[in-house]
Amino acid sequence: MNSFITTDELLLIAPEISMVILATLVIILDLVIKNKSILNFVASFGLLVPIALSFNLLDGTSQFAFAGALRVDYFGVFFKIITLFATLITILISEKYSKKFDDYQGEYYALILISASGMMLLASSVEFITIYIALELSALPLAALITFIRIRSSAESGIKFMVLSALSSAILLYGMVLVYGFTGTTYIEDLSQIINRSLINSELTFGGGALLLGVILITCGFAFKISSAPFHMWAPDVYEGAPTPITAFLSVASKAAGFAVILRIVYSSFSNEQIGMDWSVLIATLSAISMTLGNLIAIQQTNIKRLFAYSTIAQAGYIMVGLAALSSLDGGQDNAGPAGILFYLFGYLLTNFAAFTVITLVSINTNSDSISSYSGLLKRSRLLTLIMTISMISLIGLPPSVGFMAKIYIFGSAMDTGLQWLAIFGVLNSVVSAFYYLKIVKIMLIDENENSEKIQLTTNMSLAGLSCVFGIVILGIFPGSIIEVAHRAVESII
Amino acid sequence: MISQGIASSLTVEISFWVISISTILSAIAVVQIKDLFRASLFLILTFLGVAGLFILLGAEFLAGIQLMIYVGAISVLIIFAILMTREIEISNQSHYMRILVSMVALGFMLLAISLITSTDWNLIDSRSFPQNQTDEIIATVQNSIPTLSKMLLTEYVLAFEMVGVLLLAAVLGALALVREKK
Repeated sequence: MNSFITTDELLLIAPEISMVILATLVIILDLVIKNKSILNFVASFGLLVPIALSFNLLDGTSQFAFAGALRVDYFGVFFKIITLFATLITILISEKYSKKFDDYQGEYYALILISASGMMLLASSVEFITIYIALELSALPLAALITFIRIRSSAESGIKFMVLSALSSAILLYGMVLVYGFTGTTYIEDLSQIINRSLINSELTFGGGALLLGVILITCGFAFKISSAPFHMWAPDVYEGAPTPITAFLSVASKAAGFAVILRIVYSSFSNEQIGMDWSVLIATLSAISMTLGNLIAIQQTNIKRLFAYSTIAQAGYIMVGLAALSSLDGGQDNAGPAGILFYLFGYLLTNFAAFTVITLVSINTNSDSISSYSGLLKRSRLLTLIMTISMISLIGLPPSVGFMAKIYIFGSAMDTGLQWLAIFGVLNSVVSAFYYLKIVKIMLIDENENSEKIQLTTNMSLAGLSCVFGIVILGIFPGSIIEVAHRAVESII
Repeated sequence: MISQGIASSLTVEISFWVISISTILSAIAVVQIKDLFRASLFLILTFLGVAGLFILLGAEFLAGIQLMIYVGAISVLIIFAILMTREIEISNQSHYMRILVSMVALGFMLLAISLITSTDWNLIDSRSFPQNQTDEIIATVQNSIPTLSKMLLTEYVLAFEMVGVLLLAAVLGALALVREKK
């Protein structure tokens, strides 16, 4: 294959290119401009360009680029848009927070943009080498961002993230090497054909133990990224030490990108029906462990960021229910499971960012991340209390919120595919989670606090918070349009 | 198959065993030796051993890169870091998880070895290749650098460019992390 870059290919990765250009622009402006608050404005408004370019690619066609390394389809573009929205809100809620970084705000925004461009590439990569490098492109800037505040706990979490992401990359690469050694290809679309051919020749599952080991190692590598049990240990420490907007970015964008690759690998290379059952049982078990562990430990937390770290582990468990409800199982033909994941991730984006808008503002105002600093929030800011309460309702999964619709959809797909036990497990877990989510609401509304100074919201912050809340409620009542988009996205990779 | 002519000779066989055993032994020494400085010297030996294995596999370019980056740059960095850190005597301590960790590592090693040896790797039948394609493969293996450089700028150009952006991110991150405290 002697292909050089063509203009068409450049158009296909135009969103990513514009992200990197925007990042460079921010650094250059940082050099020449004294008033650093302009940088936030440039970074957030500049993001409208990649967002527009991504929507432009949503035309329903699937095109290959760069000798088959990228597949720009509805699915990939959907995840690109999720990442872009997450980046936009992260930058909006960083406005006040980034003042802490003085002269280094430019680097802060540029690193966020570069990390996001890695996640966007990850969503459409269909080749192992490209997947791996896109993964590193998204993780390495994050390690620097986590360490950005110069305090001990931030440095500690940065090092933990760095070491564990290196470890997970090593596991992932070992798995990829085994799969490559067995099949002789790094393109995930060719894998399925070769595996199917080997199944005819061999009695063994997957045609060989080494391939099975490889696939399991790849799954483990990505389980780190989505912080599902038993690979969740890094999340609480890292979430606690990282700058608050980065914690939000990690919990949403990084997780979405991980799920994008897992879905692609499961559906385009290892979707064989013989393997289907094994996958489903493996993922269902991990999902049940993940949600139970996350919820039980979250109850004991006194630091809000640690609480959200365990909450995010539990949420990863709920999302994996959709992964276990494979389309190849009986009753899964309508793709409710994978489409549910996409819908859930979109809802999770809105919900978590609504909560983190409040967490960022409270942590700037009180200089503390303990849950007790939320006492009497009602008197200090009605708007923040409203945003936080709606976000908690959505995280529990009560109507009328997007969390409710997403859980109904995902647990419904599990019921259809014969995983009733998992759906019941999920509902029981949601009840447990209501305990700690509602505790925060109770502290905000009822508990007294001697500090009753009003919290001032900036335009950017209230814009971010209110648009998330608006989205949570609207999608909780009319989920149809996004569900339809999610179905189209899943159909483009099956 | 292709490298059969080379691989069957006795010298290669002997050097393979010598290199791999010394690589494994020095890797064990890296994690077992208490003195961090000595451990890092053994790490260099491990890197050298890996470079030797690359040469035996016919990947001269990788071996060169391994020598330049790992044996050259990274080991110097590690030694500098050790020299600039105080209290190196207390590092590399034993801890209560030691036995558990070594059991898990040993178990995984045995599992990997048993699965890899039990797998039938000859999925793609080499005899089914047309002659001209086989010639091409042999030419590629014997002279890998031109093929590699061509692939980096054609098939893998996206990955290549991404690494460029990654380097930019690394420089930015490093700059931001070494800033002075105000």
